[in-house]
Amino acid sequence: MSAEFDIAETLDVKGASCPMPVVKTKSAIDDLDAGAVLEVLATDPGSMSDLDGWADGTAGVELLGQEEGDDVYKHYVRKTE
Amino acid sequence: MSTDTPDAPAGDAPSRAELAARIDELEDALAAATDEDDGKKMSIIATKGTLDMAYPPLILASTAAAFGYEVTVFHTFWGLDILHEERSKDLKLSSVGNPNMPVPNAVAALPGMDRVTTRMMERRIADNDTATIEELLETSLDMGVEFQACQMTIDLMDYDENDFYDGVTTGVGAATALQDMAEADIQLLV
Repeated sequence: MSAEFDIAETLDVKGASCPMPVVKTKSAIDDLDAGAVLEVLATDPGSMSDLDGWADGTAGVELLGQEEGDDVYKHYVRKTE
Repeated sequence: MSTDTPDAPAGDAPSRAELAARIDELEDALAAATDEDDGKKMSIIATKGTLDMAYPPLILASTAAAFGYEVTVFHTFWGLDILHEERSKDLKLSSVGNPNMPVPNAVAALPGMDRVTTRMMERRIADNDTATIEELLETSLDMGVEFQACQMTIDLMDYDENDFYDGVTTGVGAATALQDMAEADIQLLV
């Protein structure tokens, strides 16, 4: 997955539960430049649905993909503007 | 009988140029109106101050802020305790009146039982890495959520305006809350 785009920053929210994965992703995205991709590592299974919904309802971000690895959920979000 | 007046003198009807100008004017007004109200708003009224009921307004407020909403949370009555720097660290869970609790009400009503159920809940919060109330409040403040403390109930509860977290707005009342609700896309009473 990471071969498809360059990851500018990785946010580790492993252990954190709702609403922190979404809230911290938003803060991390704010610090990035337009076009940059943020990788989010979470252990909260709810983060799969929550980050999808957040990216869908939020202007200026695009969810490029989600992966379910060994005990960790990976999310790739691009800041579009 | 037709209301059409094809024979009316041409001078009464607006000219093509006048109509075009009027259309431009209306389009500008529409653009201004939609620009102005671009962002979404959420208004929450928080009235409860138990440990369990302090969570929903803060979780929704911080999440909505992450979505880019402009969020106002108006705290009144026991909801003030969530904003109270000292009391927010000591919110309790009631052991009575909740049939989902593992103890029957008759036992739950015994002295000290609220402390037991509160400790139980606090342990679960820590074990699950659930954010604390203080953490959620600080995060929400950082994200620009406006927390308001109802002035009438501050006086009623004999609290001091300095008792609240930095950044909390005081000196507001029902009219402020109502105005926020009227402008909001989402309004919630918790």
